Amino acid sequence: MLKLKIERAPAPRWAVAIIPVVAFLVTFLICSILIVLANANPFSAFYNFIITPLSSKFSALEVLVKSTPLILTGMAVTFAFTSGYFNIGAEGQLYAGAIAATWVGITFTEAPSIVVIPLMILAGCVGGLLWALIPALLKVKLKVDEVVTTLLMNSIVMYFVSWLLNGPWRSPVSGWPQSAEISDAAHLMRLIPKSRLHIGFIIALVVVAIVYVLIKRTPLGLKMRATGASLTGAKFAGINTTKTMLTAALVSGAIAGLAGAVEIGGIHFHLIESISNGFGYTGIIVATLGSLNPIGATVAAMFIGLIGTGSQTVSRVLGVPVYLGDVVQNTLLLVTLAMFLLQNYRIKRV
Amino acid sequence: MDTFLVGLIAATLRVATPLIFGTLGELFCERAGILNLGIEGTMFFGAFTGFAVAANTGSVWLGLLAALLSGVAAGLLMSLFAVRLGVNQHVSGLGITLLLTALSLFGFRLIFGESQVNPSIEGFQQLSIFSNSPILGPIFNQYLLTYIAIALIPIAGWVIYKTNFGLQIRAVGENPEATDAAGLNVIRLRTLALAIGGGLMAVGGAFLSIAQLGSFTFGIIAGRGWVCIALIIFANWQPIKVLWGALLFGGVSALQLRLQGLGFKLPYELFLALPYIVTILALTIGGRNAQAPAAMLKPYQRE
Repeated sequence: MLKLKIERAPAPRWAVAIIPVVAFLVTFLICSILIVLANANPFSAFYNFIITPLSSKFSALEVLVKSTPLILTGMAVTFAFTSGYFNIGAEGQLYAGAIAATWVGITFTEAPSIVVIPLMILAGCVGGLLWALIPALLKVKLKVDEVVTTLLMNSIVMYFVSWLLNGPWRSPVSGWPQSAEISDAAHLMRLIPKSRLHIGFIIALVVVAIVYVLIKRTPLGLKMRATGASLTGAKFAGINTTKTMLTAALVSGAIAGLAGAVEIGGIHFHLIESISNGFGYTGIIVATLGSLNPIGATVAAMFIGLIGTGSQTVSRVLGVPVYLGDVVQNTLLLVTLAMFLLQNYRIKRV
Repeated sequence: MDTFLVGLIAATLRVATPLIFGTLGELFCERAGILNLGIEGTMFFGAFTGFAVAANTGSVWLGLLAALLSGVAAGLLMSLFAVRLGVNQHVSGLGITLLLTALSLFGFRLIFGESQVNPSIEGFQQLSIFSNSPILGPIFNQYLLTYIAIALIPIAGWVIYKTNFGLQIRAVGENPEATDAAGLNVIRLRTLALAIGGGLMAVGGAFLSIAQLGSFTFGIIAGRGWVCIALIIFANWQPIKVLWGALLFGGVSALQLRLQGLGFKLPYELFLALPYIVTILALTIGGRNAQAPAAMLKPYQRE
């Protein structure tokens, strides 16, 4: 009889390659139960999730629009996690960036695009960086665990946004808690007419390239990877781990803040409480799915953007709640996370 | 004692109830060495299942039971990822929060449709213990779950410090290798702690939907799970201190609501942000004295 045994060893290459496919099939099976419960056909639902968005130019571009903030938060998290700094605060840093960018957009109303847009982008980065500064300093100077502090900073900035929008920044025109509109000149340029795709997407891709080069090809990246692999080992090798980790944490905050600025300038044009649909948190999973590889994280972010775009269609065509898209997305994330661990095992005959 | 103060104390206990459940739930997880960031989603999921079952069966008790079970399921899901598979605890926790939030929203729309009017139910009734007393009457006119929450604090303290099970949980949170060497099943203990913790969190969420509000809204938890994460540090991982933290936060929240009602113009968001700020300060000042379980955030894998 054939006897099999599971042991801890790298799985064969072909097995690793089909992991995403298997993860997708498992997700399909799990979500089918919910789709059947909602009186819809799972095959037609998944057709609308995956194929329909790609079958028209408008919706295909919308996929890129939806993936833009996720690519950026994914990069922010990738950068921090690489150095072993577990920044759970991308969500809050995104809001801090959005606040700063909105301030530029509603303050310098006379400035031309060439001035106000770079200023707004810069403000977003600075806002995110400053919000990341407190937990980062606490971590490197006082050894205060960053997981909890960055998480709590998210809630604090949300209350700050809420205070701004119900108080000093409340738009007198609209009845909703939202800020005044940023000036027309501050709107990010559209890449293609009649679509929402804006230069924020290009900015995101540039950030991916920069993050890739920084991590893989520079001395800083080497120090970051060493610090992330083993703090004591890196110290022993003479690396200034304090400086390395602080740099990683602050750059991470700046990238997350940039995501906020891009969403304000490219999509919303004013500050509202719901600019992020948990982008900062999803970014953590995007980065993990990409195994902290910038390219992998970008692919993961785009796939989530695809499902996000499809969920509108699925809801309209099949009459299921639009939140099905979020369920599919998050099931896929968790299943893929679990599947990735399988690459540490192989099945062997004994 | 005037009605203002009596009302304030009564409201404080109400606000503190879901926080006590949530924080005690998180306490079990963290004492076993697992930071469960699934708490926000688990409370939301509990609020949803409790409400949905209560609305469809007409029984708040069945609703409560359903919430408890859904929380246990959420805890088991967390244990699958964080304990069995050894995925990063913060990554799996946040993933579970995102999934359970989406699942609750999907389920709510599926069952109750897209109607503009939020469906409501006849929730738990308040129990008056000293109905004849002018002062104690209004204060002790609370939901059953509030009394249970307060009673759970010494019970949790007893379980953690005085029982064999509690000792094992603490051991597995401090030093899983030694616990394993002593012949205890690390995975089973951590799974059990997560199941208990998840159940408590979900009941805390359900308190809001099937007792206090009698309805389910999308903002029903609104970061209460994260408050619990803060409170547990504030309480230095000790059940008794959870009570003081929850009452302090409940008191401040209740006070700001009342002052606002009286026409004081306060930036109430500052009050709401206070527990987070205080926790970060507490971590900064008392960081070296904090008694966080030593093995927290470290997945355990037998070699």
